[in-house]
Amino acid sequence: MTEATYPARHQLIEFLETHKEEIENEWAETPVFASRDRETAKEEAAALLTGLQRVVQDGAEEDSSAEGFTTARTVLGTLAARSAGGPSGSTLPDVSVLKEPVLRLWKQQDLSDDVTHYGAMVLATAISTLRHVLLEMELSLGADTILAQQEQLAELSTPVVKIWEGVLAIPLIGTLDSMRSQTATESLLEEIAKQQAKVAILDITGVTAVDTLVAQHLLKTAMAARLMGAECVISGIRPQIAQTMVQLGISLGEVVTRSSFADAFAYALRKLGFEVVHAGEVR
Amino acid sequence: MTSASIIKLSDVFLVTFQGELSDRDALTLREDLAKRVSGTGACGVLIDVSGLELVDSFLARTLHELAEVCALLAARTVVVGMRPEVAFALVELGLTLPDLETALNVDEGLSLLDGTGPR
Repeated sequence: MTEATYPARHQLIEFLETHKEEIENEWAETPVFASRDRETAKEEAAALLTGLQRVVQDGAEEDSSAEGFTTARTVLGTLAARSAGGPSGSTLPDVSVLKEPVLRLWKQQDLSDDVTHYGAMVLATAISTLRHVLLEMELSLGADTILAQQEQLAELSTPVVKIWEGVLAIPLIGTLDSMRSQTATESLLEEIAKQQAKVAILDITGVTAVDTLVAQHLLKTAMAARLMGAECVISGIRPQIAQTMVQLGISLGEVVTRSSFADAFAYALRKLGFEVVHAGEVR
Repeated sequence: MTSASIIKLSDVFLVTFQGELSDRDALTLREDLAKRVSGTGACGVLIDVSGLELVDSFLARTLHELAEVCALLAARTVVVGMRPEVAFALVELGLTLPDLETALNVDEGLSLLDGTGPR
């Protein structure tokens, strides 16, 4: 930093205060506020400028978590909601266009080269950081969406079905990761308690691959169900999966397995004391 | 004052809990139960854990020991009504209590002891 640092910042703050109107007007014209009518555009530009003044005053133009940027965040958040699906595919407006007008006005000041350079640098940094703040916002929005979708997927992918009084089934389909198997286990155990089911069938016909972790999870579910007083039957293990499991040294221990869902259901009925007999042809 | 109560239903003892069960309570229960089972020649003990929101490794081990003590005194022990979260937590801790008999609720436990149950 040169010796001109302090007076330069001082002059910059003064400049932002005296040229407030001008900058706001110029900013309101930029594509950032294109989706707004004139009145709101000016208001929002003013809010942005106040935020910028605050960071320049605090000397925090490089800190994206600075207080001045918080106001900017809210303004641009509402803007983003309007301009969603813009040409860039981005939900947030490009704020780098704000640099040009404010730098042009700053250079028109009759100041020494040192001060002009320093001021320009601070302004450019502040607006770059603003852009950074926006990117952060966009990323967190995306992360939220992904999280919500993951939750929805988990809910959708683990339905517990009651197929007979006291018999529950949970058909598992697709790839099982630890989160999905966790959700499946939780919902199954809760349903067992709620419906007082004696037998729960874990059907993995639709599961294409079973690794040690998933196998362990199946085993844990079966053991937890047993502790609650219910029995778990695992059905639909594909021949290939059975081979892999043996090669991996995974043993399901004393958990009952059946090759098909139908067999597992028949086992469950027998377990409950039912007998399925042929009643002759029904006319 | 212990939070466990022992009720006698013909030749079966029913143990229920109110609120939390301290380690001391668990040990007292084990002693009380052993005395009562041996004195009356009961054939079974039902331990209803549906009132317990928390079962730690100590309590799990005590339950297991209790079952073994009762087995020596010729009574079958069935743990009934374990909550899903408790069951899963125990499994996560590696406490699967393999020798312990379990049932969904007191009704099921009774029919299991009567020999009319599925087992």
